[in-house]
Amino acid sequence: MEWMKQAAISAQKSDAVFFYVFGLSVAFLLFITALMIYFVIRYDKKRHPVASQIEGHVGLEIVWTVIPLILFLSIFYYGWTNYEYMSQAPRESMVVKVMARQWSWSFEYPNGKQSKVLFAPLEKPMKLEVRSADMVHGFYVPSFRLKIDAVPARANTTWFQATRLGAYDIECTVICGVDHSLMLSKVVVVPEDEFKAWYFGGENAPEPGKSLTAAGTPAAPPDEPKGLALLKANGCLECHSVDGKPMVGPTFKGLFGKSEQIKVAGVDQTVTVDEAYLRRAILNPESQVVRGYPADTMPAAELKPDELSQVVTYLKTLK
Amino acid sequence: MSGTHASTAPPSYLVDTGTRKGLMAWLTTTDHKRIGVLYLGAMVTFFMVAMGVGFVMRLVQLTTFQKLISAQTYNALFTVHGVIMIFLFVIPGLPAVFGNFFLPILIGAKDVAFPRLNLTSWYFFMAGAILAVLSLFTGGGAPDTGWSFYAPFSLKTGTNVSLAVFAAFVLGFSSMLTGINFITTIHRLRAPGMKWFRMPLFCWAVYSTAWIQLLATPIIAITLVLVILERFFGIGIFDPAKGGDPLLYQHLFWIYSHPAVYIMILPAMGAITEIIPTFAKRTIFGYKAIAFSSIAIAAVGSLVWAHHMFTSGMSNVAQIVFSLLTMIVAVPSAIKVFNWVGTLYKGSIDFQPPLLFTLTFIFLFCIGGLTGVMQGALAVNVHLHDTYFIVGHFHYVMFGGTVMGFFAALLYWFPKMFGKMYSKKAIYASWFPMFVGFNMLYFGMLILGMLGMPRRYYVHLPQYHTLHVVATVGSWFLVLGLLGFFATLLYAIFKGEKAEDNPWGGLTLEWTIPSPPPVENFDEIPTITAGPYVFPQEAQ
Ligand code: HEC
Ligand code: HEM
Repeated sequence: MEWMKQAAISAQKSDAVFFYVFGLSVAFLLFITALMIYFVIRYDKKRHPVASQIEGHVGLEIVWTVIPLILFLSIFYYGWTNYEYMSQAPRESMVVKVMARQWSWSFEYPNGKQSKVLFAPLEKPMKLEVRSADMVHGFYVPSFRLKIDAVPARANTTWFQATRLGAYDIECTVICGVDHSLMLSKVVVVPEDEFKAWYFGGENAPEPGKSLTAAGTPAAPPDEPKGLALLKANGCLECHSVDGKPMVGPTFKGLFGKSEQIKVAGVDQTVTVDEAYLRRAILNPESQVVRGYPADTMPAAELKPDELSQVVTYLKTLK
Repeated sequence: MSGTHASTAPPSYLVDTGTRKGLMAWLTTTDHKRIGVLYLGAMVTFFMVAMGVGFVMRLVQLTTFQKLISAQTYNALFTVHGVIMIFLFVIPGLPAVFGNFFLPILIGAKDVAFPRLNLTSWYFFMAGAILAVLSLFTGGGAPDTGWSFYAPFSLKTGTNVSLAVFAAFVLGFSSMLTGINFITTIHRLRAPGMKWFRMPLFCWAVYSTAWIQLLATPIIAITLVLVILERFFGIGIFDPAKGGDPLLYQHLFWIYSHPAVYIMILPAMGAITEIIPTFAKRTIFGYKAIAFSSIAIAAVGSLVWAHHMFTSGMSNVAQIVFSLLTMIVAVPSAIKVFNWVGTLYKGSIDFQPPLLFTLTFIFLFCIGGLTGVMQGALAVNVHLHDTYFIVGHFHYVMFGGTVMGFFAALLYWFPKMFGKMYSKKAIYASWFPMFVGFNMLYFGMLILGMLGMPRRYYVHLPQYHTLHVVATVGSWFLVLGLLGFFATLLYAIFKGEKAEDNPWGGLTLEWTIPSPPPVENFDEIPTITAGPYVFPQEAQ
């Protein structure tokens, strides 16, 4: 199964422990089951009409306390040492910030580049700082056997070193609302030079691993307006539509210039949507809440000033 | 159902003797046996409802049913399924039914220490259940957070979490009061000569459980109150936006909810320990080992809660300590398994339906326990946590363990409780689809989890589809078997043949009195001179 191949060192570490425990477990289960069935047949009342009244055996009790204890402790120890390795990122790792929000993932690289899928160079350590903008989420890459929760107001870290080229699923594992099961993305492992070409290639460098992502998240078409790309990258389109479709938040279509009923500090007001309004609504959504929508749903956006301008410019074009 | 034993015998507990008749007599009863039956009726009803919900969830995973059931509804379904199964079925579990019915009889008492408090507990239970049902249809709709109510989602969601959580709070009182009642009963009401180590082992299990109920439940109660306060007044204990800590919630939740899994399993283990000697016609192997392992499970089991949180970002030290403790708590369970199997050795085995379900319990519980050990290893946990592997694991433990243990206990004590015998053939016939379906469904889930299928997913990625189909087909067999099982017993209550007083040849006190037992249990309180499982040396 292609998608479950060990694609990182962490997968090898985890599987090694898994197969150790699995082997012991199968042996134990078969032993107990076989013994049970054997006794039931061998000592059926027809074959064995008189039961022996055996009250116990101290020696046996000690044996079957000590042996399982030793085996369990060995499992603990092996699980711990392999985990130690998985939890300590090498110093030379590239640090990528992972942001989880209802219901999307975004990734920011040290030079400020952002993406919706995680690009990773082959055989290079990458450290992830995982944060959440709203609820608890779980960042999970099955092919890496790697999981870490995204907890609001915390930065949890983990790391991996990919060992196989390919695109691997990222899934959210902590229930976070209605579209929990759609909170998916991909890790795209590409050759290092391809990664570098994209990473150092400035704004318009083509995304690496095009052939790999074909089955996964569609990459942005090149002629897409910058503002739209930013809306996608920041997860805005999980709650807002650009074509008038009702979603969790109000649609952006026809928003600019419209007169909007809002609540400011609990007081109803009617205002005309202008540029200043849009900027406030995006940066500080709690300050003005559109009537009929929940107050604390919209996360305050983390946009740089120039990005904000690009978003606002784009919103104005949506007539 | 008169259950007259001999013409002079006192009437059975099923006959109304007081001034009230019919339903009113039942609803105002303080007889521990009737209260046990009240719990049984209510809990089996809840079980059937939650089973139906589980069945529908599996249909959704066939994807054809996604037109009928939206993502929001699916999230509500697994929450409701989990809440009912956990809070209304397995937590009250065996103590509520068989603890109530048999604990006093097993120690030679006429009732529990506080009969009225006992009825009050049942009313708390029913009030909690009604509130839980109300929470589905009122407010913002059925809760969608999963049964664990993780903050901050549970604080922010518009659904009716507050009422659901309040229902769990009320249920907690039922649990605590029952715990107090059983502890006092065991300490104060043992018959003359019933020393601690002459008690049947079911009593030891119920006793350990009662202590966990008493000590752990207040923690969940206060946690749930905090959730409600936070939802209404934004006090900022758990919400990071207000300076709270979501991990605090997780700790508090599991400090109760992990011991709660031992509340679920210990009494089932106790019942298994009663059943095996009766059908092997020999004394239990390692009485003290089993008794002390119950206590050990209760004690160490209270210290492993954070193994539910290995990926939450807690400290490395905590991860190591909790992983270690988790391995240690597996030891007393292993000891029990060895002693049960040891009790079959050189017995004279009379194979009957309760024994079949007992062996099924041991097999499925072993799988549940071993998959638990797998997740206890840190390096594996980061892979398996929050996937279908967990869902498979806890169904093996709670369903394969507790519920199968419950079924075994029900089959064992049914003739005593109702004075009727069921059709053994029909029970064997429903066991088969139940067992096959169970393993298709939950072993399927274990594999799905190993392949990376996260839990609580409305839609799944295409690579998981085949196994989902297998699991769903398994759920049909399983439900078929369950329906057959309950139908057989229901039929037996009304139309079954009359049962003997001691159909299995058991030695504990309940088998010395008529089936069904008289109101006062014993004409004369017995005097105990020996341990519970002393079978005669020669052939019977
Ligand atoms: C979790 C869902 C969610 C996300 C993600 C989200 N929003 Fe919102 N947004 C809302 C909701 C709900 C409202 C209405 C309530 C309010 O005004 O706070 C809203 C309101 C707005 C408004 C005001 C609309 C009006 O009709 O006046 C703007 C502008 C806006 N969002 C922009 C954005 C941008 C830009 C992003 C991405 C950085 C974004 N939103 C991300 C839910 C969301
Ligand atoms: C009767 C047959 C049953 C079926 C078909 C069934 C099926 C399921 C399914 C499909 C899920 C959801 C998995 C997911 O999407 O994450 C689930 C969750 C669960 N089940 Fe069952 N189950 C059954 C019996 C039981 C029993 C007997 C118990 C307990 C004693 C139980 C306890 C739970 C719990 C606690 C959850 C987790 C809910 C949550 O995620 O919040 N189930 N079950």
